[in-house]
Amino acid sequence: MQKITYSIEHRRFLNVQKRRTVVIRLLQAAVLVAFLGLWQILADAEVIDSFIASSPAKIWQTFADLCRGDLWRHVLTTLYETVLSFVLSFAIGTTIAVLLWFSDTVRRVAEPYLVVINALPKIALGPIIIIWVGAGIKAIVAMAILISVVITTINTLTGFISVSAEKMLLMRTLHANKWQTLWKLVFPANLPTVMACLKISVGMSWVGTIMGEYLVSKAGLGYLIVYGGQVFNLSLVMCATVVLCVLAALMYVLVALLEKVVNRCIGL
Amino acid sequence: MGQLDLVEVSHTYHSKRGETLALKDINLQVNEGQFFGIVGPSGSGKTTLLSIMAGVLVPSKGRVLLNGAPVQAGKVGYMLQRDQLFEWRTIWRNVLLGLEIAKNKTPDSVAHAEELLRKYGLWEFRSRYPGELSGGMRQRAALIRTLVLKPQIVLLDEPFSALDFQTRISVAEDVHAIIKNEGLTAVLVTHDISEAISLCDRIAVVTARPATIKSIFEVSIDGNSLERRENPQYAAMFKRIWKELDVYAEDNVFNRTPSVS
Ligand SMILES: Nc1ncnc2c1ncn2[C@@H]1O[C@H](COP(=O)(O)OP(=O)(O)O)[C@@H](O)[C@H]1O
Ligand SMILES: [Mg+2]
Repeated sequence: MQKITYSIEHRRFLNVQKRRTVVIRLLQAAVLVAFLGLWQILADAEVIDSFIASSPAKIWQTFADLCRGDLWRHVLTTLYETVLSFVLSFAIGTTIAVLLWFSDTVRRVAEPYLVVINALPKIALGPIIIIWVGAGIKAIVAMAILISVVITTINTLTGFISVSAEKMLLMRTLHANKWQTLWKLVFPANLPTVMACLKISVGMSWVGTIMGEYLVSKAGLGYLIVYGGQVFNLSLVMCATVVLCVLAALMYVLVALLEKVVNRCIGL
Repeated sequence: MGQLDLVEVSHTYHSKRGETLALKDINLQVNEGQFFGIVGPSGSGKTTLLSIMAGVLVPSKGRVLLNGAPVQAGKVGYMLQRDQLFEWRTIWRNVLLGLEIAKNKTPDSVAHAEELLRKYGLWEFRSRYPGELSGGMRQRAALIRTLVLKPQIVLLDEPFSALDFQTRISVAEDVHAIIKNEGLTAVLVTHDISEAISLCDRIAVVTARPATIKSIFEVSIDGNSLERRENPQYAAMFKRIWKELDVYAEDNVFNRTPSVS
């Protein structure tokens, strides 16, 4: 690789850009600090009721207590449920999409059902799930899968079907069968779609897991939130929410990284 | 009988909106080693005709014979509009695609692929991705992907239409030279008359939809495509085909008598 030397003008331009990025980052941090600071000041001055609104210091205190207690158990429970439902809904969704891709007839038969299931607020199925699989982690995972599997199926199938007609024709001129077309064209062509879909799916799994935990749970961040609400411990509710935020963001970043790596590997 | 024969071929597309007669009573004979051109307005049914020759579309009526027998898999190579290389495969793996599908990745066939890449200047680029290559090289890679399967005849469906004018002429010349060098028969579909004259030995002009064979021209100009373009006979030939092709001639601004109002 040859090192490119830019003109003075261009370097100046780059410097200005870099400085702007730094300023923006600083401002972003400042907003957070100001928000927390203001919240704390107002709570200390008793302008707002810290029993209802809590305060950053109280939340931090709760967090420190939880860390000494069983925060890890809750975090691990929720993570386990989320990752499991994420992986399962991806596997199930992709399998269904493949089956529907294989047969036009099956796809057309399934279409209205998919639309209806997709439109249905899955939480409505909560009681049925609990009765069928029992109240416990199984029910939570089932709930989470239900929430993200339909959207995974629909997105993946849409990607599969929108492979360019010309590339499909190329496979026909090479006398490829359906399996070969799937493996050599449809899958690789859709890796970017699948990766983008995973990012949505990860969010859905969190929604599903927390919803599931609201319904039935003995542990997990969703459990902490519901429990905190019931005993009017708003600091606990907010603390669990912040931990959830951080975890969800981390997982999203991980999937986004995976997407980058995969896209680079297939030369995009 | 030629190498490729079309006997009374007609084709109708059926869709919910109705039926479209795309080809009507096509009789064609393509001889071995010939570079056969098909020229016609767009939407006339040229792609349909090639798909039938390639055996990916079964005609509603008529027969297609390759050396007097029905077309078999792998005997006819097909080059599509735009190269359709897979962006996620290297040039080398793109070239091997047909062999993988035919489950024929033997040492012999792979060696043949290597030889073709070397002969036509793509060997150094084998581990590059299509996105890193120029339009001309991509087109050559697409041609090699076809040749690897050792077809007897190559069908080309406006393979240069996506290229800009300058590259187009040199890529066309390139592809022409490779096909001649490999001693293959070719059928080239285009709506570009000059392209047809500069490359083909014989040109069939088809009418607007439904496509029928309107007339067949022998191109008696020798040389490569640039030499042909400079030959004085070229303009005359162009004019003859243009006249045959111009179905809207009566409607042309220049032919219309100004109406007196
Ligand atoms: N799969 C199809 N179903 C219905 N009509 C089609 C189909 N493919 C092509 N046609 C119609 O057949 C006609 C000829 O198409 P085509 O062979 O692609 O023409 P050309 O290649 O000369 O532009 C067009 O009018 C097109 O709309
Ligand atoms: Mg066409």
